[in-house]
Amino acid sequence: MAAVGERSAREPSPLVSAKALVKRFGEFEAVRGIDVEVVKGEAFGFLGPNGAGKSSAMRMVGCVSPRSDGDLRVLDMDPQVDGPSIRARLGVVPQEDNLDTELSIRQNLQVYGRYFGLSRAHVRAKATELMEFAQLTERADDEVDTLSGGMKRRLTIARSLVNDPDLLLLDEPTTGLDPQARHLLWDRLFRLKQLGVTLLITTHYMDEAEQLCDRLVIMDNGRIVAEGSPPELIACYSSREVLELRFAPGESGDVASTVDGLADRVEVLPDRVLLYTENGEAALSATHARGVRPLSCLVRRSTLEDVFLRLTGRTLVD
Amino acid sequence: MWYRRYWRSNLYSSGLQPLLFLAAMGLGFGSQVEPGPDTGGVDYLHFVAPTLLVSGAMMIAVFESTWKVASGFQWQRQYVAVISTPITPGQVFGGELMWVGMRLLLSAVVYGVVAGALGAWLGPGALLVVLVGVLTGLACAAPIMALSATVRNPSNAFSALLRFVVMPVMLFSGTFFPISYIPVPARMLAWISPLWHGNELARAAALGGGEWLPLAGHGAFLVVLLLGGGLLARSRFYRRLVV
Repeated sequence: MAAVGERSAREPSPLVSAKALVKRFGEFEAVRGIDVEVVKGEAFGFLGPNGAGKSSAMRMVGCVSPRSDGDLRVLDMDPQVDGPSIRARLGVVPQEDNLDTELSIRQNLQVYGRYFGLSRAHVRAKATELMEFAQLTERADDEVDTLSGGMKRRLTIARSLVNDPDLLLLDEPTTGLDPQARHLLWDRLFRLKQLGVTLLITTHYMDEAEQLCDRLVIMDNGRIVAEGSPPELIACYSSREVLELRFAPGESGDVASTVDGLADRVEVLPDRVLLYTENGEAALSATHARGVRPLSCLVRRSTLEDVFLRLTGRTLVD
Repeated sequence: MWYRRYWRSNLYSSGLQPLLFLAAMGLGFGSQVEPGPDTGGVDYLHFVAPTLLVSGAMMIAVFESTWKVASGFQWQRQYVAVISTPITPGQVFGGELMWVGMRLLLSAVVYGVVAGALGAWLGPGALLVVLVGVLTGLACAAPIMALSATVRNPSNAFSALLRFVVMPVMLFSGTFFPISYIPVPARMLAWISPLWHGNELARAAALGGGEWLPLAGHGAFLVVLLLGGGLLARSRFYRRLVV
């Protein structure tokens, strides 16, 4: 594990603290010893391909899945001992919506609030406030079944806030939503962050992680392979810019030797050659000078996606 | 919440269905049955009124603890949502069982009142029959909930349950006629059927008679089934929800 940019000023007690945390399902190890600390007020991301162990880690933090090994403290309590007291202060947005589809939006919020032991009057006021927040006021008395995917997701997030949680766990909050719905959700999550709510997010969308997370870990195969803020990770694992040269399928291989030495790192794909470099334009002129004639070329800034693909590989994991 | 919306259709299946049975069997079919030693010397209406309440209770218990419970785990997944709150899986099970108990009590009372208007009760023992109905229903619900919390493919399990367990139990547990009329091997099945134990208790409560010891045995059977099934279901809820 490579830690980038140790934070100098640590708060006395982090909201989540995991040491050598392990989750096994029978023989299979989903989480293989991770160390994580989440401090108050930050947005922390678990990034990784499908099956990396993000959700398993999240469920352990959410106190609905006992750890198999290692140490875990949430809100300075032990999930195995104080599960209910911890859950009382958590908000959980699961990967799959599990709203009560036969109830109205308002009823979903009110009933869920009652599970936290909140008074009827309190949850009534809270439901109104949350529907406003999630832009669902006009649909207040409609059944959940009639909502679009984005609305259901917003309702699930609103529901997770019914107990004014100290820590909000979001498991792939925008998977399957259209761009409009995603941006609206991000906007809502930003607001929460500004209100001081600590966010713990899993995602495999790089743009989401760059938008929302102050700090993140990249997980692969149950382990943490990198940790830091998005800019730190890009600086450490990628270059400032990327030059993409596109070729007809099969021709890219011949170019590899020609462009050798023009960039910090060269990646050859079947239809493209990627040059990771500090200055994309300069690299482009240099390749032209060497007589390389691609079908098209593109200079862009390096993104988390480049970091992600470098660390977790391009092979499809299922 | 849920009930507020569906009480009409529910009232039919839980309260009115057994009453229709009572009208058809007790008043219609019963008019052809002579009171005799097998009916304890009373009219057929009085003979089947208590047991129809108990078998109705069993049917409610079956429906409330099959699809609805399985759905909480894998279709609607409300249980998954609920255990993210301070509520524990054990409390989820306790709540569901209490809900079944309330449903049983409500429909038993409705049945009791209407049956009373039809003249189906001979005395205040009817109040005890209501309690016997609730107890029998709960004793059926607890182990069925354990099943619902365990099976991954409920459709098959539930149709098998209905065809091979609930139907025969319904017919051969002394609801419509004493089990002494069925062959001994089948009668042994009745002995392990909660409905038969409930029926015996209910009939004794409504019509009087019956010896103290066998009645205590019937009651003990139901209580043991409720407690054993309840403990099993509780642990199944934990195993299914906490992984």
